[in-house]
Amino acid sequence: MEFFKYTRTFNFMARSKFAMFVSLALLTASYTLLITKGLNYGVDFAGGTIVQVKYDTPAPINKMRAKLKTNDIFASATITEFGSPDEVVIRMKTTSGDVSVDIGDITREALQGTGNFEVRRVDIVGPTVGAELKEKGIMSMLLAVMGILIYVAFRFEWRFAVASIIALVHDVSIALGAITLVGLDVNLDVLAALLTILGYSLNDTIIVFDRIREGVTNSKKTDLTGIVNESITRTLARTTLTSLTTFFVVFTLFMFGGEIIHAFAFTLLVGVVVGTYSSVFVASPILIWFGFDVKTYHAKLANKAKREAEKQRMRDQYESGIM
Amino acid sequence: MRLNYRIVIFALAIIFGVFFSMPSLLQTQNGKKITLGLDLQGGLHMLLGVKTKQATASRIKSITASIKHFSDKNDILVDDLVFNEITINFTLLDSDDTKQMKEFFDAMDGLNISINLESFTLSLTQEERIKTEKEAISQAIETIRNRLDQFGLAEPVVARQGEEKILVQLAGIKTQEEEQRARELISRAAKLELMAVDEDRAARVYTMSDSDAREYGDVILEDAKNPDIKYLVREIPILDGGMLIDANMGFDQNNRPLINFKLNAEGAEIFGDFTGKSVGKRLAVVLDGKVYSDPVINERIGGGSGQISGNYSVVEAKDLAIALRSGALLAPIYLMEKRSVGPSLGADSIRASMIALAGGFILVIIFMVIYYRMAGLIANIALIANLFIILAVMSLFGATLTLPGMAGIVLTVGMAVDANVIISERIRELVYEGKSMHKAIEDGYANAMRAILDANITTLIAAVVLYAYGTGAIKGFAITISIGILASMLTAILGTHGIYQMLEQKIQKSKNNRLWFGIKG
Repeated sequence: MEFFKYTRTFNFMARSKFAMFVSLALLTASYTLLITKGLNYGVDFAGGTIVQVKYDTPAPINKMRAKLKTNDIFASATITEFGSPDEVVIRMKTTSGDVSVDIGDITREALQGTGNFEVRRVDIVGPTVGAELKEKGIMSMLLAVMGILIYVAFRFEWRFAVASIIALVHDVSIALGAITLVGLDVNLDVLAALLTILGYSLNDTIIVFDRIREGVTNSKKTDLTGIVNESITRTLARTTLTSLTTFFVVFTLFMFGGEIIHAFAFTLLVGVVVGTYSSVFVASPILIWFGFDVKTYHAKLANKAKREAEKQRMRDQYESGIM
Repeated sequence: MRLNYRIVIFALAIIFGVFFSMPSLLQTQNGKKITLGLDLQGGLHMLLGVKTKQATASRIKSITASIKHFSDKNDILVDDLVFNEITINFTLLDSDDTKQMKEFFDAMDGLNISINLESFTLSLTQEERIKTEKEAISQAIETIRNRLDQFGLAEPVVARQGEEKILVQLAGIKTQEEEQRARELISRAAKLELMAVDEDRAARVYTMSDSDAREYGDVILEDAKNPDIKYLVREIPILDGGMLIDANMGFDQNNRPLINFKLNAEGAEIFGDFTGKSVGKRLAVVLDGKVYSDPVINERIGGGSGQISGNYSVVEAKDLAIALRSGALLAPIYLMEKRSVGPSLGADSIRASMIALAGGFILVIIFMVIYYRMAGLIANIALIANLFIILAVMSLFGATLTLPGMAGIVLTVGMAVDANVIISERIRELVYEGKSMHKAIEDGYANAMRAILDANITTLIAAVVLYAYGTGAIKGFAITISIGILASMLTAILGTHGIYQMLEQKIQKSKNNRLWFGIKG
């Protein structure tokens, strides 16, 4: 079976203006959402308490609310359904630092008489830990981007590196926008998903860039746009296929992975789609706009080859004892 | 069919993978197995902080107690011996004693001493304060570890995290009661103090305020069983739990549980001296600031043994003995982070992620065969080998599999076939160009190699950062992704290359590109 048989080069770059419009629109929407609505930090980053309760019948949320009201500890508590009508989470902004007193026990006591239930999970993240996790999270994003930037610059050329980083920022921003739109809690798992998107989206970009590099090095052509179009066309089957297989697994994770992994899978789902799009329509056009010049690159390569040859000649001479 | 080194290495890798993943897959008795993370098997994860400031305060208190004992013993008359959290003040009535007192302090390290005529002011030096605070953390880790080791749970984790946090992980806590007991055991200060009851003023204790008591150098303490009962005791303890060397549960004559404790030689001497002088007076046995009993001293008690009686159940008495035996916490601890997962939730998570893994895996495998035919089948062999190797490596290192770790494996399935997709596409291209089968395969691999390497290394960079900066469960994700990527280099690149080389002549002869690569011609 073949989705794309290479018969002719598609002119992707002719569509790059339109793609830029789409990207800018998506980015504007994402940042507007991020600024107006804001990210909904979960307990991992904001600090707070979560108690997950599962009933063996649909959870009597109204009854629970009434019961919890009787204890001041639950003053700021919100109750929301979690995955199924049987299961709910109680969220509080407050935390207790007392090791011997447990909010799980207190909840159990408070909910006495609301039916048959089980406290399945208690998460307490104190404010210092929350702030620390947030700081570490931001640091890890920056470090990952830095590491990737350096590696790509080293393996390709700085314009490639900058173009891929812009594509990454594009992808992560839109993923964050989508998270905000849906109103998911941003916890550590979402951070892990965002970092995975970094790696994944970069994979796609690098496969395309590798072809461009190959095209630039091997072909006599000096028209970058042509080379880019051909490279994207030639990698199109791979791009689609890998995106599809990854999409399959992320989708099954999203559908069947359970509520706890939901936010993680959702973030990845958005990332896979946006990452595929960006490697074709964001990273490559930027490379052209940055004025990557094939002729200069050829000259540089030739120069490098000459230097290598010169070095080799010197070494040979040295070894044969002339110098 | 032709053997080559690649296929041999691949075969060995598969044998390695299958062999070492078996203990985890079949849950055999012997062999190294993957540990399930707390989020999958249920358990308690806590990050504890130490209130280190209070360690210096209790250090000050115990120095005060030793001054008191020293002066009593050597008939040095001391007036106004008072202390707060930072300093100790006292005045000598007889200036001739100054020299002896100074010698006593010279033997102690880390004190700032200022003497103005006969009045002494003592405080801890800056270094000593830092040292005490640091020690409080190490000591808390040591103490909590000791206590949990004796609690009877399998492999409790107690480790320092960062500079001043303590990580406690208890897997396999099954019931609420167990968790409650564990938390109480960890958090209990277990600070034992023997204090003298101020018999002269004891009768006025209910009319006295705390500050009144302090005026007399006393402190008001509550009874452990009934908070309405109050005791007036001397603020400077006779001795504290630091001199305790053993504690065990025993029974009194009515067969009620109690705790027998034993003091070291120094403690026994102090205790003996005090009881010898205080016959007829009461001694308060104080644990964590509450009075447990106040027996009247009938005679000098040598040997340094004592009892704490309270209304304990056997379990409580046992846990308390463990806590006392493991030593007191020099400073109280507090909760910074806690995650507790019930076993049923863990089981649900395992089930859900297994469904996702199986579902994603089957989808990918079917898709690859439909799209690439034999090439897809070969990629699938590599994929299955990859899964086994991930499990084997994790088992060998005793790595922890968390829920995000499961997600990492699922994701690896999607990404590991990527290498084979790239390679297959390259081979297809070369076949279209009319290259010989040998050249198509070799060049296909060579062309694909660079891209695959660059792509994998950048993903690895992200994974390593995630490992370094991630905490707990997230680290598990970084681990499985990293192992998956590295294993895919072995299976998806080297392994499949070996298979192609082995089958090369067969492919050449069959000339059926549709069967082998899913393309016409």
